[in-house]
Amino acid sequence: MSSQDDLDKLLTKLHNFHGGLHLPEHKQESLQHPIADAGLPQQLVIPLRQHIGRAAKATVKAGDKVLKGERIAEAEGAISAPVHAPTSGTVKAIEVHAIPHPAALPDTCIVIEPDGNDQWTEKPAAILDYLSASPDILLQRIHNSGIVGMGGAAFPSHAKLLYGLKRNLHTLIINGAECEPYITCDDILMQERADDIVTGIEIILHLLGLERCLIGIEDNKPDAIAAMQQAIKVTSLKRTRVIEIPTIYPSGGEKQLIQLMTGEEVPSDGLPADIGMVCHNVGTMAAVRDAVLDGRPLISRIVTISGEGISEPRNLHALIGTPISHLIQAAGGYTDKARQLVYGGPMMGISLPDDQVPLTKGGNCVLALSENEAPDPEKARACIRCGKCADVCPVKLLPQQLYWYSHAKDFDKVQDYNLFDCIECGCCTHVCPSNIQLVHYFRFAKTEIWKQEEEKRKADHARRRHEARTARLERIAAERKSRLRKKKEDLEQKKPAAGKADAGDPKKAAIEAAMKRVADKKKAAQEKQQ
Amino acid sequence: MLSAILTMTILASLFGLLLGYAAVRFHIEGDPIADQIDQMLPQTQCGQCGHPGCRPYADAIARGEDEINKCAPGGHETIIALADLLGRDPIAMDEDIEIRPPSVAIIIEEDCIGCTLCIQACPVDAILGAAKQMHSVIESECTGCELCLPPCPVECIVMEPIEADIRSWSWPYPGDQPQLAQEETPVEAQA
Repeated sequence: MSSQDDLDKLLTKLHNFHGGLHLPEHKQESLQHPIADAGLPQQLVIPLRQHIGRAAKATVKAGDKVLKGERIAEAEGAISAPVHAPTSGTVKAIEVHAIPHPAALPDTCIVIEPDGNDQWTEKPAAILDYLSASPDILLQRIHNSGIVGMGGAAFPSHAKLLYGLKRNLHTLIINGAECEPYITCDDILMQERADDIVTGIEIILHLLGLERCLIGIEDNKPDAIAAMQQAIKVTSLKRTRVIEIPTIYPSGGEKQLIQLMTGEEVPSDGLPADIGMVCHNVGTMAAVRDAVLDGRPLISRIVTISGEGISEPRNLHALIGTPISHLIQAAGGYTDKARQLVYGGPMMGISLPDDQVPLTKGGNCVLALSENEAPDPEKARACIRCGKCADVCPVKLLPQQLYWYSHAKDFDKVQDYNLFDCIECGCCTHVCPSNIQLVHYFRFAKTEIWKQEEEKRKADHARRRHEARTARLERIAAERKSRLRKKKEDLEQKKPAAGKADAGDPKKAAIEAAMKRVADKKKAAQEKQQ
Repeated sequence: MLSAILTMTILASLFGLLLGYAAVRFHIEGDPIADQIDQMLPQTQCGQCGHPGCRPYADAIARGEDEINKCAPGGHETIIALADLLGRDPIAMDEDIEIRPPSVAIIIEEDCIGCTLCIQACPVDAILGAAKQMHSVIESECTGCELCLPPCPVECIVMEPIEADIRSWSWPYPGDQPQLAQEETPVEAQA
């Protein structure tokens, strides 16, 4: 594995993953034009949670003036990412606003009204000699720049790198597969900015102390492959290879990509780091390069606007927080056919109720699909156990069994069938002859299991508090009892010390003494009279 | 004949001793079934089941003195889990028990007179305050048991349902799929 020959063997011998689908590509529509600038919208809405992990914490307040690139929210905890102002302007509010979400739930966002000057804040100094910089400095820069995985999952990159540093890695995997139909933002990025991506790869290889790097690109992107190969040639990277992989969905899933290129399988419930690899998207590499060499935080990205419902499908370079409606206007607006809005790809994306949600760091695509492209799902019928779903599952799961137990809410059993290895690629739903929304059941089961775990955690916490309280009350009661007993005992000890029972009470004795005196006096008086 | 009787007697006394020793050596304090039941209860300590807390209810179920369908905060899932554990059939929730949405207690601070009665009632020490000082509920600790409501002399405690926010959101149940028997328009009819 360590020799040069081995690396070149990978170029000639491709592996395969189980199942997968050949889908209509729809890539050409959005590749007709070069990347265009989406322009400055009237208002930017920047969600505090654009990444997996904890939401960032706002560091500005309504009314504050901010400059482009200024940090407006800081990371909270280890898995989180800061957020920066995409342009200069005024913070109008920090409020709940609709964000791209499967149930269209709102979340806290910073609303910025641009002033139109697009004036930069003082950028951190460029790390020009990045190949001799310490990994800590580079990691810090990546963290401070708010970089997250730009392939769609938006996992904070520094957390992934930090974890990678602790593990014994041998290969960096760069994901340029872009397997979902319609999406071309990585393709066009590789065509236009291959050099920058390769610089990003150099930085990450140095940071992780690696030499071996495999770049996976689907064979339906010949221009991107050529551009990347050219860019690698002019660098000193000796052990970096572009590997042309077959166009089969979901080749862009990191575990599937690794399997395609190396033949190695990421273990169930494991991470690529378990087999010595770490996977990053090409867009993330370009963002890393911008952060390290330009001091530019992640405030914009390339997004594909496509579908039959869009007049001029294309790729836009847009600021994070730009409303989807603005992006669609920048792509010529809607056509008459527009019927369904999708955020992300057609297979794994979420449908949007309207276009008043902002673009986030992980947003690679916005689709306005026609009835032809996204017909209403037919009514689901009973599962006939044909097994087609198991044939196409890239993770070799048994979707029909998972469906069965998710449907019955048997969450123990569904985990026995490795529910959490499901990557929600949607292949099973796509081929199901009974139109069962299989992935929907799996998502339900996953979130329900997390919810139950959370409830269990809460119940255990409440039990501990209740037990602590009961113990405290018992202790207090016992202490009071012992105090009372002690008092009683003290009293009982005093009594005998003061003498006999009748002489015990000084008052009684005084009264008796007085009565005796009176009686004596009377007696004396009587004796006198006699 | 004699040797057989002798062998059996010796064996019997040997095993008797062994069992006797095991009973002492592996003795378990408390009731493990009650512990397991208690693990499944939501620990709100609300007393809606008619027992003064979750543990007493768990003990009552373990002794067979009460049904498994009385835990309102646990809901149907708890009934199924308990039925599973105890090898019984799941039954419907007891009719007398009202299921309320998960909520937290909020003290209307202007109205609070600082009597400390609610603090004494709270089973999980989720209320903060001192005599003649305003009290407040630590929301993250509140189990929503409503035990603080009756003691309050000025009725300044209200229950606020916990709203489903983006963090607690989970994918909804996609619904029951039709079974083969329910399917309308058989294929033959269309052909």
